[in-house]
Amino acid sequence: MVQTPSNPAQSTNRIGLTLADYKGAPSTLCDGCGHDAITSQIIKAFYELGIEPHQVAKLSGIGCSSKTPAYFLNRAHGFNSVHGRMPSVATGANMANKDLLLIGVSGDGDTASIGLGQFCHLVRRNLPMIYIVENNGVYGLTKGQFSATADIGSKAKGGKLNEYQPIDLCGLAIELGCGFVGRSFAGDPKQLMALLKAAASHKGTAVLDVISPCVTFNNHEGSTKSYKYAKEMETPLHELGYIPFYEQITVDYDPGSVQDVELHDGSHLRLKKLGKEYDPRNREMAMSTMLKAAEEKQFLTGLLFIDEKKPDFVNMMDLIEEPLSSLPESRTRPSKEALDKIMAELM
Amino acid sequence: MLYLSAFHHSRCYTLVRIALKQGIPIVKTLAADSVQKTEQGRVVNDFSIQVATVNGSGSQSSNNVLMRTIFQMGIPVSGKNLFPSNIAGLPTWFTIRVNKDGYIARKAETNILVAMNPQTAFEDVKALKPGAICISPVELKLNEVRSDIKHYQVPFTELAAKATETIKLRKLLTNMIYVGVVAELLNLDEKEIEKAVAGQFPGKAKVVPLNVNAINIGREWTRENLKKDDPYFIERMDKTAGKIIIDGNAAAALGSLFAGVTVVAWYPITPSSSLCETLIDYLHEYRVDENGKNTFAVVQAEDELAAVGMALGAGWAGARSMTSTSGPGISLMAEFVGFGYFTEIPTVIFDVQRVGPSTGMPTRTSQADLFSTYMLSHGDTKHIVLLPGSVAECFEFAGAAFDLAERFQTPVFVLTDLDLGMNNWMSDPFAYPTKPLDRGKVLNAEQLDKVGEFARYKDVDGDGIPYRTLPGTNHHLAPYFVRGSGHTEKATYTEKPEDYKNLMDRLERKFQTARKFVPQPEVHTEPKAKVGIIAFGSTHFAVYESRDQLKAANIPTSYYRVRALPFTEDLRKFVEAHDRVYVVEQNRDAQLRDLITLELPDMATKLHSIRHYTGLPVDAQFVTDEILKQEKK
Repeated sequence: MVQTPSNPAQSTNRIGLTLADYKGAPSTLCDGCGHDAITSQIIKAFYELGIEPHQVAKLSGIGCSSKTPAYFLNRAHGFNSVHGRMPSVATGANMANKDLLLIGVSGDGDTASIGLGQFCHLVRRNLPMIYIVENNGVYGLTKGQFSATADIGSKAKGGKLNEYQPIDLCGLAIELGCGFVGRSFAGDPKQLMALLKAAASHKGTAVLDVISPCVTFNNHEGSTKSYKYAKEMETPLHELGYIPFYEQITVDYDPGSVQDVELHDGSHLRLKKLGKEYDPRNREMAMSTMLKAAEEKQFLTGLLFIDEKKPDFVNMMDLIEEPLSSLPESRTRPSKEALDKIMAELM
Repeated sequence: MLYLSAFHHSRCYTLVRIALKQGIPIVKTLAADSVQKTEQGRVVNDFSIQVATVNGSGSQSSNNVLMRTIFQMGIPVSGKNLFPSNIAGLPTWFTIRVNKDGYIARKAETNILVAMNPQTAFEDVKALKPGAICISPVELKLNEVRSDIKHYQVPFTELAAKATETIKLRKLLTNMIYVGVVAELLNLDEKEIEKAVAGQFPGKAKVVPLNVNAINIGREWTRENLKKDDPYFIERMDKTAGKIIIDGNAAAALGSLFAGVTVVAWYPITPSSSLCETLIDYLHEYRVDENGKNTFAVVQAEDELAAVGMALGAGWAGARSMTSTSGPGISLMAEFVGFGYFTEIPTVIFDVQRVGPSTGMPTRTSQADLFSTYMLSHGDTKHIVLLPGSVAECFEFAGAAFDLAERFQTPVFVLTDLDLGMNNWMSDPFAYPTKPLDRGKVLNAEQLDKVGEFARYKDVDGDGIPYRTLPGTNHHLAPYFVRGSGHTEKATYTEKPEDYKNLMDRLERKFQTARKFVPQPEVHTEPKAKVGIIAFGSTHFAVYESRDQLKAANIPTSYYRVRALPFTEDLRKFVEAHDRVYVVEQNRDAQLRDLITLELPDMATKLHSIRHYTGLPVDAQFVTDEILKQEKK
């Protein structure tokens, strides 16, 4: 399966494209924004995986995070939809053309407030897509209001304390039966890269909740979504490695300390234990570990839950092989005989 | 409203006693009058039947059997179901209009009442005109309520017991017994009844004889015990040969099927639900390939916001997509529809109108969403709205809507209503579409190579319609970014004043182009008519009949039926050609009249308004009376 790059002298991936081919427009976000760090990891992950950019559709809602699809994969179609309702657009696009690789980028306002319903139903349908939440606990574009993922007691820039229980999007996703739930941190590129690549190989909804500090409104003392707090509190569940389907799997590990998850395209996600008895295939354990972590104000990262065999939306719709959008008239308009038959039944 | 809740338990009370107790005057006219009237002659194939039952009692099957039997005997019929917003228990009425001349609008007057619902029986009987017929359960003693109508009292309970030993079935079969009574009184053909029953229960061979037996029990009892003493008769005609009976929602569903719809996203709402439900059934029958795989995708969305989002997502990705809803759903879709207009994404939205605002009267009909759909969303938005006036047009315009949506790259509305959508209408069979699907200006990789350049929002042809590419197109020129924010011709972000204005001007240009492509109006011109009538949608059949009534009253009229927005160019000519133009519509605010006024401000004083907004379908007599009233001024 390994393809020879078209020009090995230049740095190209297995389909002969350079890293620049995966880039987008220059970012207009604040310098140091966590979102830009995530953007660079997306660019790199897609480059390294050798994904055909034209097969990708990148979607978003409204908010700072939702601007980011403009900053990666210029060679992919993009859709910046209305606030909180990117999931429905993605669903429609998938129905029309199931061959598109969908990547959605949303924020905590976009997903956890106005878009909570659509997020839940996207997960419930197991729509095959990478769904990234760039989570900073704050509304950036409207200048600093708390979002629904802000922790209790978290302090706003102006000193106000958040009094409400946060919505844990990973916990919610697992509760809703999501087959791939990961949490990471914009300042942890290695882990994020492995999760992004695995998400791209997962069949079904892959939710990645990435803490992405807002340098302008939520990066101060007292914020639980700041760089400092996340760096100090981050507790990885395992060390993540990703082996793409075109690379050989080598058995170089001690079975007791490593878990290997085979994804639908033959890629592998290798989870090296960090002294914890954590099994991401165990939903009950995932839920209880997360609840415990929340109580202890721990910031758990890694692959929280995976069920790589869960049937996805396309599967359940029992569709033909080719994308519906490519069907010619002869296959979408029933015959005259069909109409005649129906008319006769109504006489 | 008179509620007789205690009635079920104490049949010894007659309605008369209850009425007297509540101080309701009893109508007492000489019985002799009505008898004399009825003996004057026969009324053949021109009357209406109203069946009053309890919602959820299973009367729909029997009503359909009755209607279809008359239809099969060659006589034009139309059926209307007036039902409450309720699952079971509240009163419901089904009216069958039998008309030898083929008028199929609602008729306000009832000639034959089948009063099966004790709760409404008193009021139902009270509403009749002298000389009408009332068929009712004997224990209701409706004969004591009015003596100026012809009563046929039937021991339904006793007859139902004969029809079945199963108590559970008795209620259902009681309904078939009244079919038998009516059939005997009107002289309906037994073979046609059997055929209608079989058609009502396809694939349920055991059920057919049970129902036919109940009908025959009613029929035989009537023959032996009642003396026909009324003028109403059915006689065979040949006016329905080759015709179909269908409701507008099913017709629109078929139109969508034959338009090659591929993605359907919907959220249930009365009165639109049956549109997608019927469509889904047809898709499973006609759009599964030889390997048993679907060539379509359907989702019941979590709400209307998601339904239209999915439809737009699918339209963007190149599928023919649609959703259907009613007024409250339209409101929820507003933001996304404006987005679709501004970003130029095709999809089709059916609005089966009900009475609003908010819940309003969800099971009653209206034409009051004209403003809200035409300009749905914030900012400057205008949409193409198709206005079918018959079930045949529900079929035809559904197809046209998909073509227009893709041709103009925009959401297109098809505006029907509960009367058209959920009621039964007789029609000529639908014609198979002759034109190939119009997929609009889509550039594939080969074409991109040929043209060598692509700007998503550029007016290349001067008609305001740009070219588009679909996601997944393997060509470096193809990708672009859909955004609801200000965008340049190349789809990049901009807030430059001239860029925004150019974009809005092009959208306006595109909308003007649409005038030539939308269904053109139906115009009937009477050479000497000074009076013009303008109407749209399901109001058509009442206007059609009213014009004959007006003609008989020596007022010839011309007729202009708007079949789409934006208006087409001949509207001015029509208004100019008449002294007075009556705009007939089913809403309070004269929405069509106001839109015409916006279009032809200098003609405003010529436009007069006839508005009907009770929630019931407008009838011809109403239109005639209103026009006569205004003409006499």
